[in-house]
Amino acid sequence: MINEEVIVATKQISKSFGKQAVLRNISLEIYKGEIFGFLGPSGAGKTTLVKQLVGLDLPTAGENYVFDQKMPSLPIVEKIGYMAQSDALYSELSAKENLEFFAALYGLKGKQRKMRIAEVMEIVELTDHLNKLVSNYSGGMKRRLSLAIALLHEPKLLILDEPTVGIDPVLRQSIWNSFYELKKSGTTLIVTTHVMDEAEKCDRLGMLRDGQLIACGTPEQLKQITNSPNLEEAFLVYGGAKA
Amino acid sequence: MRIFALVIRILRQFVRDKRTMGLMIFAPIFVMTMMNLVFNGENYVPKLGLVNLPEQMKDQLNLEGAKLTDYDNRDLAEAAIVNQQIDGYILFEFFSPTIVLEGSDPSVNQVVMKWVQEAFKSLQQATPLQEPKIKFLHGTSDMGQFDYLGPVLLGFFIFFFVFLIAGVSFLRERTTGTLERLLASPLRRWEIVVGYLLGFGIFTMLQSTIIVAYAIYVLEMLMEGAFVYVLIITLLLALTALTLGIFLSSFANNELQMMQFIPIIITPQLFFSGLFHLETISAWLSWIGPVTPLYYGANALRDVMIRGYGWNEIYRDLLVLIAFSALFLLLNIFALKKYRKI
Repeated sequence: MINEEVIVATKQISKSFGKQAVLRNISLEIYKGEIFGFLGPSGAGKTTLVKQLVGLDLPTAGENYVFDQKMPSLPIVEKIGYMAQSDALYSELSAKENLEFFAALYGLKGKQRKMRIAEVMEIVELTDHLNKLVSNYSGGMKRRLSLAIALLHEPKLLILDEPTVGIDPVLRQSIWNSFYELKKSGTTLIVTTHVMDEAEKCDRLGMLRDGQLIACGTPEQLKQITNSPNLEEAFLVYGGAKA
Repeated sequence: MRIFALVIRILRQFVRDKRTMGLMIFAPIFVMTMMNLVFNGENYVPKLGLVNLPEQMKDQLNLEGAKLTDYDNRDLAEAAIVNQQIDGYILFEFFSPTIVLEGSDPSVNQVVMKWVQEAFKSLQQATPLQEPKIKFLHGTSDMGQFDYLGPVLLGFFIFFFVFLIAGVSFLRERTTGTLERLLASPLRRWEIVVGYLLGFGIFTMLQSTIIVAYAIYVLEMLMEGAFVYVLIITLLLALTALTLGIFLSSFANNELQMMQFIPIIITPQLFFSGLFHLETISAWLSWIGPVTPLYYGANALRDVMIRGYGWNEIYRDLLVLIAFSALFLLLNIFALKKYRKI
């Protein structure tokens, strides 16, 4: 299934804040059209890693390449849709005004802007709440609006930091369905999560623990190699808790 | 246009946050109205010039309590008064004295008049002399204390509120993660700073117009010069406050820490920008004034509002304000590097 075109390549990246090492010597490749998940507990370095891929942070050592360009690079930033862990929304504005603002930042104008706003709000099922102030949104709705904003400019690469936190299972399923739709249209997705059953839905997984990439492969592979019934067990094996 | 998107967003946020908008416009109006009602004078040693003072008269005058300079002719004294080296001069023609005052500060006028009365008391007992004639270069004898302080306060309040609100909005942009989100978009660092500048600039223009109009037409503050100059000065002052506020916000982690800049950054400017006489301030502190933006803004405002001066006299102050803004602007673009290296 996997198209071998490399979209993201990290080359021996390390990151430390002072003496504290957050990422240790991580090398991996992410291919076109796959959903790649970073699985790990909080503090494992997931956010630090994806921030580097978006160009918000620099590695202390090593290099990140996105679309064959060394990050950070402004032209590449335009091709990435990013959803941060915290909802970066202007709560005193309405959802529509937030969308209009971010759409304008990516150069969407007039009819096209209107159309895209309607489309992304449809995907996250917020069409009825378009004109509501964000301050009146629930946590889950804010999360979905953040996702909608990340989708606005039809990016070739989507980087989503904990996209489904606080979203109910039914809606989570529908959001994952839209991820599969995006994948079909050739979009590459990078998702971070600490939820095991969500990790199952990814094409490939990178397990992160204490800043180290302890395992990388499809969920099936990881379970098979470690002879585990589920990902949680597999994680324990790779983490060294189980021989 | 990306900057334009940012400008529209900032203006929309202003419209939503009516309370903050109200604070920026009505708080200065309120405080200035109060000041107008309560202000009083202070102690000051006048600086006077003496022109053609007859020697025999000099012995009879009580010349203590003022800094005196002798001038050979009227023109020299006139030049000194225009350069604000002296507060006034006393001209003797045919044994009849004329007192010419710079006149823009009523508290100084009072001090000078009092001193003149004392000085001439002994003289009048010896020789009957004509009552001295009094002339003003600027202002009038019925100019109130508030007319002199007004321009400084006007500049100060605009500076203060723009500093605070701009600093806090940018701080929020940082703490809510939206700044990071902006930097994960193709928006360039300078575009963020310029967008803020324009968004707040438009609002500040409105704010300045309302406050200046209120001060002049409702509080009847002395206004000798052109309205448009006052607007230009306040706008430039606001831009300085804006860029400084945004810059300092990167050294604050929350709103309370932003407030902590008020006693450090804002209050000294008020004290050293000419609200109080700089000569009554200890010499080891007097260097503070010239390094603060408000010093130049207040000076220019006074030149226009009290002295009725125009472009030629204020352009230097305006250039300094522009230089301050440009400096803070560059520092801002540099400070944003912390979040994205390019």
